[in-house]
Amino acid sequence: MIQEELIKIEKGTEPKQKIIEALLSKDTSVTISEDSLDHEMILNMGPQHPATHGVLRVLLRLDGEMIVNAECELGYLHRGYEKLAENMTFHEYIPHTDRLDYISPIANNVAYCMSVEKLMHVEIPRRAQLIRVICCELARISSHLMAAGAMGMDVGALTVFVWTMREREKLYDIFDILTGARFTVSYMRIGGMAQDITPECITMIKTFLDGLAEATKEIAAMLHKNRIFIERCEGIGIMPPEEAIDVGWTGPCLRASGIPYDLRRDQPYLVYPELDFKVITRTECDALARYFVRFDEVAESVKIIRQCLDKLQPGPIFADDAKIVLPRKEEVYSSMEELINDFVLVNFGQAPPRGESYFAIEGSKGELGWYLISDGTGQPWRSKIRSPSFVNLQGLSRILEGAMISDVVAIIGSLDPIMGEADK
Amino acid sequence: MFNYKKKCQEWEEFTEIYCLESMINFDTIHGEFPSITILDINGTSCLLIIRDELPLIARTLKEKFGFTHFIDALGVDRNEHKMRFEFIYNLRNPETKERIFLKVRCDERDPHIPSVVSIWSGANWHEREAFDMYGIIFDGHPDPRRMYLPDEFQYYPLRKDFPLMGIEGSIPLPISEDMKVRMN
Repeated sequence: MIQEELIKIEKGTEPKQKIIEALLSKDTSVTISEDSLDHEMILNMGPQHPATHGVLRVLLRLDGEMIVNAECELGYLHRGYEKLAENMTFHEYIPHTDRLDYISPIANNVAYCMSVEKLMHVEIPRRAQLIRVICCELARISSHLMAAGAMGMDVGALTVFVWTMREREKLYDIFDILTGARFTVSYMRIGGMAQDITPECITMIKTFLDGLAEATKEIAAMLHKNRIFIERCEGIGIMPPEEAIDVGWTGPCLRASGIPYDLRRDQPYLVYPELDFKVITRTECDALARYFVRFDEVAESVKIIRQCLDKLQPGPIFADDAKIVLPRKEEVYSSMEELINDFVLVNFGQAPPRGESYFAIEGSKGELGWYLISDGTGQPWRSKIRSPSFVNLQGLSRILEGAMISDVVAIIGSLDPIMGEADK
Repeated sequence: MFNYKKKCQEWEEFTEIYCLESMINFDTIHGEFPSITILDINGTSCLLIIRDELPLIARTLKEKFGFTHFIDALGVDRNEHKMRFEFIYNLRNPETKERIFLKVRCDERDPHIPSVVSIWSGANWHEREAFDMYGIIFDGHPDPRRMYLPDEFQYYPLRKDFPLMGIEGSIPLPISEDMKVRMN
């Protein structure tokens, strides 16, 4: 009887019926109270809700104030990047990777370029590897600061958000000097990167890292003894480790469930095997644990960047392979061979050998990788993005079960989804 | 428009068969399922299996060989092949840190693959995505809806015969009756 009343749908909104039916037919572990005197209702959250971090839409089935079950709807930001990738060369696709996880665009560039390099069996020089690690870790700091600030804002601590944005503003200045753009950087190239890191930029990074220690202390003082923040985030959104593995979680979310899964350790790439850092894990499995994992990882990233800056030696930043690496512009205008190579690479693209390859890096949200299939031409036959936000969101309806309606924003904030990446 | 036919003329089989050194005892798998072909995907082993054996092999891999972590799954359109669609599972063993791919193929006229949601619940959204993009139907899926595109959309956009620019009128704009009157 309740179900019939719930599915009373206004004219013109018929397509929504399918998602409501899916929501109502879903199994739940929550027991609904016997006398459902209008206690039960369906609440629509998003896609325009400020706490959903983009355009995530969640349908909540409520019993009083408790969530019986939830159903996510994705696709409001779907731009078909996998279809686009099949119709352009490998180089042309790099700017599109910026728009996936727009909080840490450099990490996406690195993941994509390294996937293509694995497909083509290219090894990049040591200086380029170190710069890539520095970039990845700067992106991780940027992303984790955003996650911490946004989660604080979701539960009412607005000051922290402003403070983390202040630090990220300094990061954007660094990206501006390093890459030439603040937000959508497109810095990496297949076989290297667009330009070398300058001494001025290294000084800026060092100054930023010194200031960041102070800023994280301030944020910790603001949040970690804040009773409202702790009590709102503690014990909600609990994900047991077995279920987290089953759903396919990766990254800080999985590490907060006590599983030390970090691709930087488990399948080392670039120069990570030489570096000294800890894999942060927590065993509480709740939203607060996920926040703390991110917060502690910022300090580890700082450690990694400092080690990399010490190791940085002068050297080439491009792999030595004219068939794959784009030549420098000054060479193109002065030398015939480079002009021909540039023409071929821009018009037809690199032609990797036929085959398939999968490569993933530890992005800020989790395992970020590309499964590429090549048919021997300049365009990939298939380019599948393994986006961590998409998979992490899959566990959302599970951890929302039994939560209170006011905790929804904190739980979504603790997952740190970026819809540009989840919707592809 | 994208010239997929020209691309397909030079097409051969992508992967060659190798014998990999791996921590998994492939003899054990071969003994139980003789129809499996073992492939090498750029350093990672891959099992090419027959569709009907998928639920049994998936359960064996999870329970006997410890591949519990469901990383990813993707559909592939191998255009103009006898078995047009391919679905690849990307699995990981959390203890040995080993990865394995699992490949299933199906015909265009019979695009059915058994669902593995009951084995790995993480397969849920990936299978919905493959249905959305390729029209592969997963038998026994608990929630067979489209993942990204609207339910009333009739095409499968990642198929190679779907044009890049889209098909005009495939998604009707949400214009109400009042608006139509006003626009006229």
